[in-house]
Amino acid sequence: MLRVILAFVVILGLAPVSLAQEAGAPPVEIDRSATGGAQTLEDILARQRGERVDTEFRRQFGDPDSAAGIAGQLGTLGGASDPDLWRALRYGEADVTVSSGGDVAKVLVQDGGMAWYQFRQGPLLTYGGYLLLGMIGLLALFFLARGRIRVDAPATGRLVVRFNAVERFAHWLLAGSFILLGVTGLVVLMGRKFIAPYMGKDFNSLLLTWSKVIHNNVAWAFMLALVMVFVFWVVHNFPSRHDLKWIAQFGGIVGKKHPPAKKFNAGQKVIFWSVIILGASISASGLSLLFPFEMPMFAKTFAIMNQWGMNEWVGMAPFPERLSPQEEMQFAQAWHAIVAFVLMAIIIAHIYIGTLGMEGAIDAMGSGEVDEAWAHQHHSLWLEEVKAKEAATGKTAPSDATPAE
Amino acid sequence: MRAMLAGFAAIVLIGVAAHFGMQEIGFSSQDRSAGSAVRLE
Repeated sequence: MLRVILAFVVILGLAPVSLAQEAGAPPVEIDRSATGGAQTLEDILARQRGERVDTEFRRQFGDPDSAAGIAGQLGTLGGASDPDLWRALRYGEADVTVSSGGDVAKVLVQDGGMAWYQFRQGPLLTYGGYLLLGMIGLLALFFLARGRIRVDAPATGRLVVRFNAVERFAHWLLAGSFILLGVTGLVVLMGRKFIAPYMGKDFNSLLLTWSKVIHNNVAWAFMLALVMVFVFWVVHNFPSRHDLKWIAQFGGIVGKKHPPAKKFNAGQKVIFWSVIILGASISASGLSLLFPFEMPMFAKTFAIMNQWGMNEWVGMAPFPERLSPQEEMQFAQAWHAIVAFVLMAIIIAHIYIGTLGMEGAIDAMGSGEVDEAWAHQHHSLWLEEVKAKEAATGKTAPSDATPAE
Repeated sequence: MRAMLAGFAAIVLIGVAAHFGMQEIGFSSQDRSAGSAVRLE
């Protein structure tokens, strides 16, 4: 669990940075003495070449106190030039007053919009897509190499209840809503690039409209189910010493050994905590997107991260602590999608192992009952607990069963 | 399988309820940030 949390923290630390700051070489040093500190042709050319330029000098604005006299050549501008005004608007430093609309309406030039758009259409879409395809490819290779994990012993015919009806209901509520959210989210992100060119913009528009409706409303079922599975299964998912043995033997997935496990093995615990932590993070950023401008969370998060010095861990400048309402939404969208891609990749692996990859696994969430041979192979300690409980309460397993060995 | 079908049915029910509930409270940025004067319906 600790490793999952640490991994999450690192992701939390790294991912927004790529959006907040342009990665790469340090800013180009430019001599601006000839222009008195103002922008030079070299600044413009460097930007056009795609080089990183420190724009801090452009955030220095005119000072009314040092204005030329009213009769002077520049006196009527009150110490600030027109470019000062436009730059102040661009960098969110202008003193804007609006009669309605609040802080959102005060942003007249949204400087971060293009960077977000390029990130969304570029790295997010590309690497996110590769992540999912890569996971599917890895699983295909694994299936070719390992094949289906069979139950070694013959079926006993004796069944044990693995998940009751309420647990299975919660699982399918979570699974169904997650698949709907994943598909509609991918359509919203990728439709313009992969659907519109082939099936037409009208069809894409229709698809996007319905995807948005489904995404916004199915989200509530996902959040409810997330709470339910957390309550039902958290007690079974704390780390134990058996997990080390399970990990040491690769869970029996590689090789023929089947390490003992309780109700959930170490691999399932990783899935559980991934779903809970990443699902909660997706829910938080999703709520921020669902109620626009009303749940800003990134400026506060960045401030805390800066206080902890997390930016220094990865050698970055401090995270931005002042964000416009629009930038908050852009960070929320980017984070929502990044974390969702990671969780989708994990869940693809979960779906594989629960269906094609392992014989008998689907029964646990289908009928809720598994054969004792399956339970003994994959969750022997849990089976012993069930047996001990049955013996204590005088119950026996349902049986048209062969006698116990 | 009944639990699975019940889960899927619940997704539809919760989704429909959320749709009308959210419309009722006026959640969208259109409802929150703009008036009728600047929207063409």
